[in-house]
Amino acid sequence: MQETTVAMSRTESARRDADPSGPQGAAVDNAVSVRCVSKTFGSVEALKNLSLDFPRGELTSLLGPSGCGKTTLLKIIAGLLEPSSGRVEVGGEAVTGPGPDRAFVFQDFALLPWASVLRNVAFGLELRGMAKSEREAIAEKHICEVGLAGFEHSYPHQLSGGMRQRVGLARALAVDADVLLMDEPFSAVDEQTRRKFQEDLLDLVRNERKTFIFVTHSIEEAVYVSDQIAILLPRPSRVSEIIRPSGFRDKGADNLRRDPEYLDIVDSIWASLRSYVE
Amino acid sequence: MTLLGFRLPGFSSLILWALLWELVGRLDLTFFVPPLSEVVVTLVQILPTPAFLSALGETAQAFLLGVLAAVLAGVPLGILMGRNRLLDELLLPWVNIFLSAPLTALVPVLMVLFGFGMLSIVITTTLFAIWIIILNARAGVLQINRSLVEMAKSFGASPFDAFFKIYFWAALPEILGGVRIGIIRAVKGVIIGQLLISVVGFGALFELYSTNFLMAHFWAVLIVLFALAFAISELLAHLERRVAYYAARR
Ligand SMILES: Nc1ncnc2c1ncn2[C@@H]1O[C@H](COP(=O)(O)OP(=O)(O)O)[C@@H](O)[C@H]1O
Ligand SMILES: [Mg+2]
Repeated sequence: MQETTVAMSRTESARRDADPSGPQGAAVDNAVSVRCVSKTFGSVEALKNLSLDFPRGELTSLLGPSGCGKTTLLKIIAGLLEPSSGRVEVGGEAVTGPGPDRAFVFQDFALLPWASVLRNVAFGLELRGMAKSEREAIAEKHICEVGLAGFEHSYPHQLSGGMRQRVGLARALAVDADVLLMDEPFSAVDEQTRRKFQEDLLDLVRNERKTFIFVTHSIEEAVYVSDQIAILLPRPSRVSEIIRPSGFRDKGADNLRRDPEYLDIVDSIWASLRSYVE
Repeated sequence: MTLLGFRLPGFSSLILWALLWELVGRLDLTFFVPPLSEVVVTLVQILPTPAFLSALGETAQAFLLGVLAAVLAGVPLGILMGRNRLLDELLLPWVNIFLSAPLTALVPVLMVLFGFGMLSIVITTTLFAIWIIILNARAGVLQINRSLVEMAKSFGASPFDAFFKIYFWAALPEILGGVRIGIIRAVKGVIIGQLLISVVGFGALFELYSTNFLMAHFWAVLIVLFALAFAISELLAHLERRVAYYAARR
């Protein structure tokens, strides 16, 4: 994988100054590392020899055009798909299947339509065999946390898209996994809700010492929320570039859109992606 | 239905047909159709008789056992067929053949195999009900949202959990639809079985009434059977409506 481009080195060094023991230091603590993973579906080569590290406690975005294998990579990390070759390690252990150290937030929410919000949020804990009263207490806490207090006994079809994704998020938070895998979680919600979600996501990154792996196809979103952006390109489907934007979170969403540094980064990412769109 | 601006309750049209029946009966056109009032009087008379009650009891027992067997075997089998390609290819042709086969023709064979009694009737009932139950459970599983299954797996669901917490519920609207049609077919099965074997339950009663030309008795029993079948079907339709809130949104 090629490392950061010249345009990026500025933000890169800025980060290192601020945090000398940061992820670029000698002993990098990676929550997840993907080693030479390939995945083929019949004749379709979804991933080819992909390697990527996800530093603990950081938010890494997977950015790329649709069909480039982002969901496939996420599902391999989740243990839902087996790689054709290569290996994935989570917390130093090789992944052989789904595990309690990872929780998935689905693009289409994947809520049980026959179950209330409360049961949906508690579902991960239910599968782990936790007693009803205990898991419902935990679920209620997370329902409040994502701003759905009062909707515990509603059903998914009574909620808006944004609220449903909050349920999906609360369910993932309830199992208290170290790694949160989020597959375009905001793609099915409207723009206002999306902005609010981004703020909430950043609060989570700050407050919960969790590792977030976040799939998006929005360059602006990736630059705003990420510690690290991995740009995936199709054919061969692997990481073409890693970018570490820094400091944008603290500037606030409103000022950001006029910030020259931010615009530079967005432009350069757009430049690398454009060659594929054209 | 409205008449002269008044909203008529459901089943109003039944009154019309009842009047027509009464009229035809009174005209004395054929011994086969006694007036409805006579049938109703007979119905009230025979309901508490031991002959009727034991026939009802035997029929109910055969029916319930047959339906229970069809549901307990059919639903899991349908779900498994929906999940397992090999099993599906092995069994689907047979299910389809039996679904449309004239099962009545099989009853004599069943009598030879299982004797002239209850067991043959129960098996006939099961054979009438089970195929549509299998097919519907299978269809319910096939339309399941894949990401629900992945969600359950990602949170550590065992195959057992996936079966009872995801597949079953996701397929429930189709399963109930299949059970409802299956039960309607089972009513046919239990009656046809009894008629052909004709030593138990209503079969024996029908035999008795028709050889003695007791047409009012005959119709009375028939009305009871129709009413029971209709009530069961309505009950299941009600259950189906209770899961309808998510049937369209899976
Ligand atoms: N189960 C599958 N069977 C066959 N091809 C698949 C399957 N899943 C994904 N693919 C193919 O792999 C490629 C990557 O898919 P995906 O990971 O969903 O991309 P993304 O999430 O980046 O849009 C696509 O070309 C897609 O058609
Ligand atoms: Mg995708």
